[in-house]
Amino acid sequence: MAAPPAQRAAGPRVRRREWLHVLAAAARTPRGITGAGLALLVVLVAAIGPFVAPHPPLAFVTVPGSGPSSKFPLGSDILGRDVLSRVLDGGWQLLLMAAAAMLIGVVLGTAAGIAAAQLRGWRDGLIMRTVDVVLAFPQLVFALLLVSILGPERWLLVIAVGFSHVPQVARVIRAAALDVSERDFVKAVEITGVRQSKLMSGEILPNLLTPLMVEAGLRLTYSIVIMTGLSFIGFGLQPPSPNWGYMINENRIILTTNPWAVVAPALLIAVLTVGLNTFTDAIARVALGIERGEKLIVEAAVTGAVTDIEIPA
Amino acid sequence: MTADTTPKARAPAEAGARRRSHPIAWLIWTRTALGVVTLFVVSILIFAATQLLPGNAATAVLGHNASASAVHTLELRLGLNKPALTQYWDWLSGVLRGRLGTSLANGQPVWTLVGPRLLNSLVLVALAGLIGTVLGVGLGMFAAIRRDKPADHALSVSTLAVTSLPEFVVAIFLVILFSTVLWHILPGVSPLESTSGAIEPWQDPTELVLPVAALVIVIVPYIFRMMRAATIEALESDYVEMARLNGLSPVRVLLRHALPNAIAPTIQVIGLNFLYLAGGIVLVEFVFDYPGIGQGLVNAVSDRDIPQIQFIVLVLAAFYVVMNIVTDVISLLATPRRRVAR
Repeated sequence: MAAPPAQRAAGPRVRRREWLHVLAAAARTPRGITGAGLALLVVLVAAIGPFVAPHPPLAFVTVPGSGPSSKFPLGSDILGRDVLSRVLDGGWQLLLMAAAAMLIGVVLGTAAGIAAAQLRGWRDGLIMRTVDVVLAFPQLVFALLLVSILGPERWLLVIAVGFSHVPQVARVIRAAALDVSERDFVKAVEITGVRQSKLMSGEILPNLLTPLMVEAGLRLTYSIVIMTGLSFIGFGLQPPSPNWGYMINENRIILTTNPWAVVAPALLIAVLTVGLNTFTDAIARVALGIERGEKLIVEAAVTGAVTDIEIPA
Repeated sequence: MTADTTPKARAPAEAGARRRSHPIAWLIWTRTALGVVTLFVVSILIFAATQLLPGNAATAVLGHNASASAVHTLELRLGLNKPALTQYWDWLSGVLRGRLGTSLANGQPVWTLVGPRLLNSLVLVALAGLIGTVLGVGLGMFAAIRRDKPADHALSVSTLAVTSLPEFVVAIFLVILFSTVLWHILPGVSPLESTSGAIEPWQDPTELVLPVAALVIVIVPYIFRMMRAATIEALESDYVEMARLNGLSPVRVLLRHALPNAIAPTIQVIGLNFLYLAGGIVLVEFVFDYPGIGQGLVNAVSDRDIPQIQFIVLVLAAFYVVMNIVTDVISLLATPRRRVAR
């Protein structure tokens, strides 16, 4: 009985480095470096952009829908505002909100998934049937309904998108936690009579590193997809302050006179989601091997119905 | 229902049922029962959610400047003064009898508005799903046979690059490429009467090309990747090796021995992609102004047209439940060792 406490004392420090090791190993693969490079490029544009924008993003500076010129490198938008300045200023809110929504989704989903796996019985049934009910709504439709009920406030938008991730995360984490909770070391600690909550947070959670990292990557990607999608149809971030999703929509009418007003924000969204997704892919491949990593990614990405996850011990 | 779903309780129940009936019949029964319960809970959620929409239906119709008496009259007509439970029951029993109510936005029956849209969306989903499945399965097998050759690398990298692209971004790029900026070969919007839906999109198939292409591009990567991984796994297995050593032709080995075992896990992913399409049509229909239920939902949410929102969301949820059952049955049929009765 002396072994588990000693192991636990040494455990967290090693484990804390472990996720950095996985990140570093992923970044050394060709996929990892490409993905990280693409995503960081867009993050840099969004972060530094507001400080280097040549014009105020809301100012009407020239003729609406005019093409690129030396003064306005990406031309002007539907109302005659500088496209470059609006693109530079239109990303930081989306990124911060997507990250916050990812955190909400992953934290709540992980809690629900671990609880379902460890508590078993009727509580597992209750949690997973609730998840089934929410999954019956397409994710965008679920977020759309929540947003239209809650209102267009930014923090409510974050909550709506975050909640829409919970079912998928819960399913993946439950499958992984079921695998871990059958291991001998968990059974051994369980016999000592520690509280379930301590068992879940101290023994099971630290062993879910790989699916957690994959989930974080996937849900961040989908947060951006859904957040920009909602903004695109006018239910997300509200105009007039610029955001990449709504910019695509409002400037569709001037595609023929100044396509850059649509192409620039669409390209940034595309590069960001592709970069994040490619890096997440690299993480799964490094942690689980190519074939199983591929399987985990596809299954977790589509609805979280993971069939046979095997966490490396 | 809950007792039935706990792992401990399920095992003996299923074992008993297996002895009595065919596993597929049993699966259809349990899943249908579970599906009905899910839909019932979903209907409560939808109703509760639409009750919580800011401003009630009467003010939504009449606007905020309407007189109090006009609002009150309409509230009486819509039954908004009744208790929520009664309103829910009226709605649910109406839907079950095919009476969906009338739109708050223009007073037409909901079915007249949504029915044609439903058909239009079904065409979109079926076409995109079929084409995406054939492409994904075919390319996945091809890449698996050519594993680590240039063709495989090219396919793997290009599918990775389009995985998780937002569907509206794909749609916008298609519009830019094929109908506005670069070429003008395909229509970028469906110039139909989108409210009445009087003209069916298949009367001019070119209007379907870009919406279907956008959805196909979004679903192919997942099917491709799953099929490739599963085929590689099957090709490396002992029984395929055995078949090869028995001197069967490579084509026969692939189609008779590897394919049946690779297709089962892929079927799950294909089913899940059909489910994804139910949500994916919302943004794609919006981009192309395609008169389907996705566009209808966005319009209804903007108009706070509660009867339309309720019905469309209920249809999407029912699609999810039915597709799930179909996927489970097909993947059971496709897995020979699970198919044996008794």
